Amino acid sequence: MSLNYDQAIEKYEPTLGLEVHVELNTKSKMFCGCATEFGAKPNTQTCPVCLGLPGALPVVNKKAIESTILIGLALNCSIAPYSRFARKNYFYPDMPKNFQTSQYDEPICTNGYLDVEIETDEGSKSFKIEIERVHMEEDTGKSLHVGGNTGRIHGADYSLLDYNRAGIPLVEIVTKIIPKTGKYAPQVARAYVAALRDILRGLQVSDVKMEQGSLRCDVNLSLSRVGSGKLGTRSETKNVNSLRSVERAVTGEIIRQSDRLEQGERIIQETRHFLEESGQTRPGRSKEQAEDYRYFPEPDLVPVVPDSKWIEELKKTLPEKPADRRKRLQSAWSVPDKEMAAMVNAELLDTVEQTVLLGADATKARSWWLGEISRIANDRNVFPTDLISVKDVAEIIALIAKGELTDKLARQVLEGVISGEGSPVDVITKRGLKVVSDDSQLMKAIEDAIAASPDTAERVRGGNIPAAGALIGAVMKATGGQADAAKVRELLLKHLGQ
Amino acid sequence: MSAISRDEVANLARLARIAMSDAELDHLAGEMDVILGAVARVQEVASKDVLATSHPLDVSNVVREDLVVASLSPTEALSGAPASEDQRFKVPQILGEE
Repeated sequence: MSLNYDQAIEKYEPTLGLEVHVELNTKSKMFCGCATEFGAKPNTQTCPVCLGLPGALPVVNKKAIESTILIGLALNCSIAPYSRFARKNYFYPDMPKNFQTSQYDEPICTNGYLDVEIETDEGSKSFKIEIERVHMEEDTGKSLHVGGNTGRIHGADYSLLDYNRAGIPLVEIVTKIIPKTGKYAPQVARAYVAALRDILRGLQVSDVKMEQGSLRCDVNLSLSRVGSGKLGTRSETKNVNSLRSVERAVTGEIIRQSDRLEQGERIIQETRHFLEESGQTRPGRSKEQAEDYRYFPEPDLVPVVPDSKWIEELKKTLPEKPADRRKRLQSAWSVPDKEMAAMVNAELLDTVEQTVLLGADATKARSWWLGEISRIANDRNVFPTDLISVKDVAEIIALIAKGELTDKLARQVLEGVISGEGSPVDVITKRGLKVVSDDSQLMKAIEDAIAASPDTAERVRGGNIPAAGALIGAVMKATGGQADAAKVRELLLKHLGQ
Repeated sequence: MSAISRDEVANLARLARIAMSDAELDHLAGEMDVILGAVARVQEVASKDVLATSHPLDVSNVVREDLVVASLSPTEALSGAPASEDQRFKVPQILGEE
């Protein structure tokens, strides 16, 4: 009988392990000066070093070492006083050298931790995720499997390789096993990757774009019978490429493994691939044993020996921790918890902060980005900042503050900017959207409205203030909505002796 | 007892994609055993604080600045490839043995 998630969790205890690969955002590759631009034409960013041609010698990118040390420091790791590169030997054409330069038994950072918090029905819960190691390596090339009809590796007739990505600095961050997350395992996994991504973004060491593969997560998961105290056999789900997928992959594996165990079958230690559409996984390559890679120290590279002075200098450049920053901004902007969580979940905290730094009021910045702009972005399935720049939003908010735009006009300006009509000022000029703030022009419209409805005007004169609404409406209509309603009301009432 | 078995040598040859005849395996297993024996003797005298040598020069922290230099043109990059298609290296079916 198949168990559902709740039944599976009642019977089995999940143990997680997460490996995250981060592409660093260096300008040049890990061991050579080739560019690292994303989306360049195939094989335009290669050289004898990253193609593994005979006689070519690698030299380590200093910035890549520094970025890795920064990641280690931000994750509370020890920085190894002596660290070496190793060759991971395997025959697979994604690396033209027939090995990947990586680190094996002497990684540069070890033994750290990251605290993550999740929201549950029982309030927020905190988990300490221990970090086993952070090490440097290089990314592999991109394969395109041709023929068959699946586009998949099995059944392909041949493969085509683009080595632009081969040799881009990659940092692997490996957790220790994460026990006792119980039913929260999927949430904890997601929260960990999200927290890690925030840290990496704050350090400015990577683009951390999961959809472009600059941050990828492998999920290790095993189940054991509750109370048995024994670890089960794990599966490793590869390249899970969004936060939502991390959560789904953990849930999916818990259900799949419990299903097998219920049927009295064994869990096979294997690599599995996450299927975005169904949220399930399918088996991939069977796992090669670690010793099959025949790691040995890379003879073409010398050891990395970071002295304390170097580490201290890097420490000084560490930015504020994301969790601390959140607390600071929340208090500075007086944002309620719920709205703060909404901003963080929408990944708009940075955007709102940048808008505020350009002079916008925090509450206004938040309501524009999370309101109107997010609404349009959701409709079009894009990210809000893909629609409009921070600068343009700050400008619109400034124009409202100066009284040159009403909220209603501002929405039209926003729409104009989004549809490519230029800057906010361009849209205002082209569409003639200026607020009618010229008193004499407004007075003319007010007098016209009074002349058209003398009875209503008389009622207002007699003290019936709500009756003024109809006259204000007429003025707004006459000015094409370009007047500031509050201003119209003020002038009208004054004119009628109220 | 020998330090490395004939089966282990055969496995290493398989991993390294080196085809070896039975006679070659017999011969090499014996030779590698002698080499490993010699290494084991050196290890007996090496104290724990002697680091394994991976480089003949006693240097560390050889690094380059993060600067982009010109890459090969795709034509140059692909010039040594036995086959190519769409500006990519063309390789035989991967994992065909599975």
